[in-house]
Amino acid sequence: MAFEGLAERLQGTFDKIKSRGVVTEADVKEMMREVRLALLEADVNFKVVKKFVNDVKERATGQEVMKSLTPGQQVIKVVNEELTNLMGKEQSKIAVSSKSPTVVMMVGLQGAGKTTTTAKLAQFLRKKNNRKPLMAAADVYRPAAIKQLETLGTELSMPVFSMGDQVSPVEIATRSVEQAKEDHQDYVLIDTAGRLHLDETLMDELVNIKEAVNPDEILLVVDAMTGQDAVNVAESFNEQLGITGVVLTKLDGDTRGGAAISVKAVTDKPIKFAGTGEKIDALEVFHPERMASRILGMGDVLSLIEKAEFSVDEEKAKEMERKMRTADLTFDDFLEQLEQVRGMGPLDELLNMIPGAGKMKGLKNAQVDESQIGRVEAIVRSMTKKEKSEPAIINASRKRRIAKGSGTTIQDVNRLLKQFEDMKKMMKQMSSMSKGKKKGKGNMSFPFM
Amino acid sequence: MSFFDKLKNKFSNQSDGVTSKFKDGLSKTRDNFTGRMNELFAQYRTVDEDFFEELEEILIGADVGVTTVMELVEELEHEARIQNITDTRKLAPVISEKLAAKLEKREDDTRLNVQKDGLTVFLFVGVNGVGKTTTIGKVAHSFKQEGKKVMLAAGDTFRAGAIEQLEVWGERVGVDVIKQQAGSDPAAVMYDAIQSARSRKADILLCDTAGRLQNKVNLMNELEKVKRVISKEIPDAPHEVLLVLDATTGQNALSQAKTFKQVTNISGIVLTKLDGTAKGGIVLAIRNELDVPVKLIGLGEKVEDLQPFDAEQFVYGLFKELVEA
Repeated sequence: MAFEGLAERLQGTFDKIKSRGVVTEADVKEMMREVRLALLEADVNFKVVKKFVNDVKERATGQEVMKSLTPGQQVIKVVNEELTNLMGKEQSKIAVSSKSPTVVMMVGLQGAGKTTTTAKLAQFLRKKNNRKPLMAAADVYRPAAIKQLETLGTELSMPVFSMGDQVSPVEIATRSVEQAKEDHQDYVLIDTAGRLHLDETLMDELVNIKEAVNPDEILLVVDAMTGQDAVNVAESFNEQLGITGVVLTKLDGDTRGGAAISVKAVTDKPIKFAGTGEKIDALEVFHPERMASRILGMGDVLSLIEKAEFSVDEEKAKEMERKMRTADLTFDDFLEQLEQVRGMGPLDELLNMIPGAGKMKGLKNAQVDESQIGRVEAIVRSMTKKEKSEPAIINASRKRRIAKGSGTTIQDVNRLLKQFEDMKKMMKQMSSMSKGKKKGKGNMSFPFM
Repeated sequence: MSFFDKLKNKFSNQSDGVTSKFKDGLSKTRDNFTGRMNELFAQYRTVDEDFFEELEEILIGADVGVTTVMELVEELEHEARIQNITDTRKLAPVISEKLAAKLEKREDDTRLNVQKDGLTVFLFVGVNGVGKTTTIGKVAHSFKQEGKKVMLAAGDTFRAGAIEQLEVWGERVGVDVIKQQAGSDPAAVMYDAIQSARSRKADILLCDTAGRLQNKVNLMNELEKVKRVISKEIPDAPHEVLLVLDATTGQNALSQAKTFKQVTNISGIVLTKLDGTAKGGIVLAIRNELDVPVKLIGLGEKVEDLQPFDAEQFVYGLFKELVEA
């Protein structure tokens, strides 16, 4: 869906402020309305939005913003800061019990992705934390849910504890912990059945499991696409069970994921992990600040602002801007960008987050293969200094050498050169697009804005 | 007579099981929505900016799409201005009217396209975890009840345990499931299933597919292929392509509907999990922005809790207290 990011939404107001040079209360009000809409469109719960906007308004009308030379950008900054505060600044780790095994209960609505997440988490614990997890199949209701976990266990070569679907989940959970102790597994991940937070019988069952196994973590698995109802679900699970954290799933979709804010706001429990793909290792530690940008649809505008405003090396920023504008980009810049981008998360999401990228032909449905990036990097690194700064000199013989050096084919090299040209064209397009919008020279130095 | 009066008359004399099932299933939705509406009128006496903002929030809180809400509120503001309405209570009927107009836009045909003779094929599509397989189980049950010979095609060859899940449903309902190994080409499964359904003279073939997020181009292409293979075997099939939507989904549901429509030309929507606290306001947004009717709604866990969608009943269920207050 063609969501407008906050930066785009605020453009109109920015332009007005710029031409006038001062910020009025009315401007702030208008900007707050846009902030509010952006959050609502991102599925943040309306109550949460209301409180948030009030908080931001207070800060936005304060001295620090009004006196600033770039009030419009300051507002975005304030919004982002407050949002990041709300989401929690720190990454939050999964519990480790002093007495092995650490017991983790996975709970949530039907279809949120509990079973898949259980397997992903097991893989994460083994790979990243060097642990030995046991998965316990306690979803006795959904047809073949046990089989699903068992299949995932086989794929991962990891043990799954199951007793069929004729045994009570409380018993399965209890026995699984005993089993883990016996086998010296240091984590037990209990996959429970999906249930409605309104279903008293089933919610009681979870409480009984909790009492029986005394878990160190109760993770609520929440679908990132959840709408306004996220608050009710999270509040209810938290009240009845006392959850310790949240896993946000299906973040590889094109949802803004405002549910993250809602859930955090009503439970005050950290979001610990994010599910970001179909593959079994597509589980990441949750980054609150990235989520804030995603929800606002601001892409990397913020880091651009920070760069433009606070960077000591303003020269460099100016140079970059000039390059982008004139499309005088070299492969060195490209590599630099690549490295920055790589640290930010899955690329196809990032593409969606770049303001204006949705409008670009060909970019909209761009599919980015992460392994492809490694190849691209290898190719660029196999170029000589001169080739990097003057790609035009790369002839057939040079291509052959580059391909050999990077372990790729000439076709790969050709493709990259072509993409690089396209990228330059795109930048030209972008800068002319925004030039059309603004009149005169403003403070905003980047073509995105 | 206003829209709601018409509805009221229609349903006040009707006290059959279906209506009460609707009401029970939707009670959470209704309590919340109308409760807040009533509060709104109690709190605000004069029509002003705050009043409209609050109204906006109530509608958005029901997951009615932001665009739809903004349109609606704009129309209302306009209406209030030209009619010079300052008392909020006088605006109430205008609100009902406008809301109803949004829902009443079209006469939807919610009947499922079942062929009189020969094989009818339904394809079920949607993102992960919306309840496609469960819905198929329930639909199979209801066709079986009608005395039809039903078969299922296990087209979700990707997710672990998906084939087994459909098989359990097959056993429960007492219908055959056509499957291949996990990981095989879903289009090949469909081809097989159609051949078997033909040779076993089945009336209905319900095809399951793997859940896929709509922004995954490769997976959407795969789905297009699945559909193409079906159409190649039976020219006017699939007779229904049903998008299964989770009622708890927010704004993204629209994006889902749009993209799946583009790729598979969906003919209808199944709205599941309406028995939770989710408001189902998404229906308003979908009807307002897309030309795809909701055909079935899921109101509970039981097989018989999948019901045909009745727009009038749905609206009535949502706004009953508001109308009768």
